[in-house]
Amino acid sequence: MARRYDSRTTIFSPEGRLYQVEYAMEAISHAGTCLGILAEDGIVLAAECRSTNKLLDNAIPSEKIYRLNENMVCSVAGITSDANVLTSELRLIAQRYQFSYGEVIPCEQLVSHLCDIKQAYTQYGGKRPFGVSLLYMGWDSKYGYQLYQSDPSGNYGGWKATCIGNNFGAAISMLKQELADKESIKLDEAKDLAIKVLSKTLDTTKLTPEKVEMATLQRINNATVYSILEKPDVEKLIEKYNKLEAEAEAAKKEKQAQQQSKS
Amino acid sequence: METLLGIKGPDFVMLAADTTHANSVIVMKEDENKIHKVADNLLISTVGASGDTEQFTEFIAKNIVLYKMRNGYDLSPKSAAHFTRKNLAESLRSRTPYQVFMFIAGYDVTEGPELTFIDNLASAQSLNYAGHGYGSMFCASIFDRYWHPKITQEEAYDVLKKCVLEIQKRLIVNLKNFNVSVVDKSGVRQLEQISSKSLLDYNAAA
Repeated sequence: MARRYDSRTTIFSPEGRLYQVEYAMEAISHAGTCLGILAEDGIVLAAECRSTNKLLDNAIPSEKIYRLNENMVCSVAGITSDANVLTSELRLIAQRYQFSYGEVIPCEQLVSHLCDIKQAYTQYGGKRPFGVSLLYMGWDSKYGYQLYQSDPSGNYGGWKATCIGNNFGAAISMLKQELADKESIKLDEAKDLAIKVLSKTLDTTKLTPEKVEMATLQRINNATVYSILEKPDVEKLIEKYNKLEAEAEAAKKEKQAQQQSKS
Repeated sequence: METLLGIKGPDFVMLAADTTHANSVIVMKEDENKIHKVADNLLISTVGASGDTEQFTEFIAKNIVLYKMRNGYDLSPKSAAHFTRKNLAESLRSRTPYQVFMFIAGYDVTEGPELTFIDNLASAQSLNYAGHGYGSMFCASIFDRYWHPKITQEEAYDVLKKCVLEIQKRLIVNLKNFNVSVVDKSGVRQLEQISSKSLLDYNAAA
């Protein structure tokens, strides 16, 4: 019976659900984590890299973060081959807009255009939805820095900080906690926070520079500057975090020791 | 036959267009407005094959309105001009090209004023002053003599008066009235018409 409503994307189950779409989202929640944080002076994306085989050719600088156009960058969680199709579609959409209007596409228009395509795969028969969620960071003259997230159903939203992929729920609640009392943060703080959240939510015990990919987007002298953080820079961030963590741990132990000696 | 003029100042763009609608050798009407308000800060003036002017201008105008409806913000004057040019260029390569000549005039808070000249071959150029049609032949020298980078709206209106005077003096076609509109930071305004009547006691040398 279960087969009746989940073998096609376009058919609602009696409870009013689209199983294929939900399965796609489930697939993504096992994929490598990606998180994005919006700061007042830039945006940071961080992604977990799963394939850290020593034999892998490192010539390809970035595997999970893609440049879309002058003002936008995205990172993906899910089936990489699906993601490649979507990123090339995104690049096409962006260039078509530029061809028509002679200026860079505003961020939300690009996201919403792609989501129209993703939505179509939840409605027209014979095909499966794209098993990909995306995080987009971008800048435009209308709304400044923006961070968006989109999922296989074709839903999208703008965020101050969010996370997709493995353990996203834990990461989001942690981001929520960290940013609860702040109106906005600086990009450097955002980078530290990204490392902190990643190292606490990844399944692996120790974070290494090989496992994370980080990129920032800033507006400098009226130009959008996108940069992928070099491995040594990522290492520095991780070391900084480890040191802080060790100090906190030591302080905690000391406190416990004091309490014990009192009692 | 018909004439369009345009002047860009430091914080405005002023357009003038004659109001004659002619069919062959017959003047059908003398009060056709050829300057169309497309958005809060965008004007398009069009001349060319009658019918094409209406059809193409409306197509562009409605698309620009649709853009605003979809996205909640206006297309910038530069983008509007780019979009217009592209559509005209595509039409040019079809079996039935639109034969239109136009000015896209707009004011953007961040980008400032913008005057784009587009001809029937979809060549587009951002200019400080320009004209379309036979009348413009007599105006190039006037613009050249009187335009300056800090030109005010009053001065620009006066330059247009000089142009109309010259057109009515030298051009064999009778272009009686010119509508004048201006677009600046406060939006679009229609100014007083320049006509043979209003120019009766105008002294161009003053």
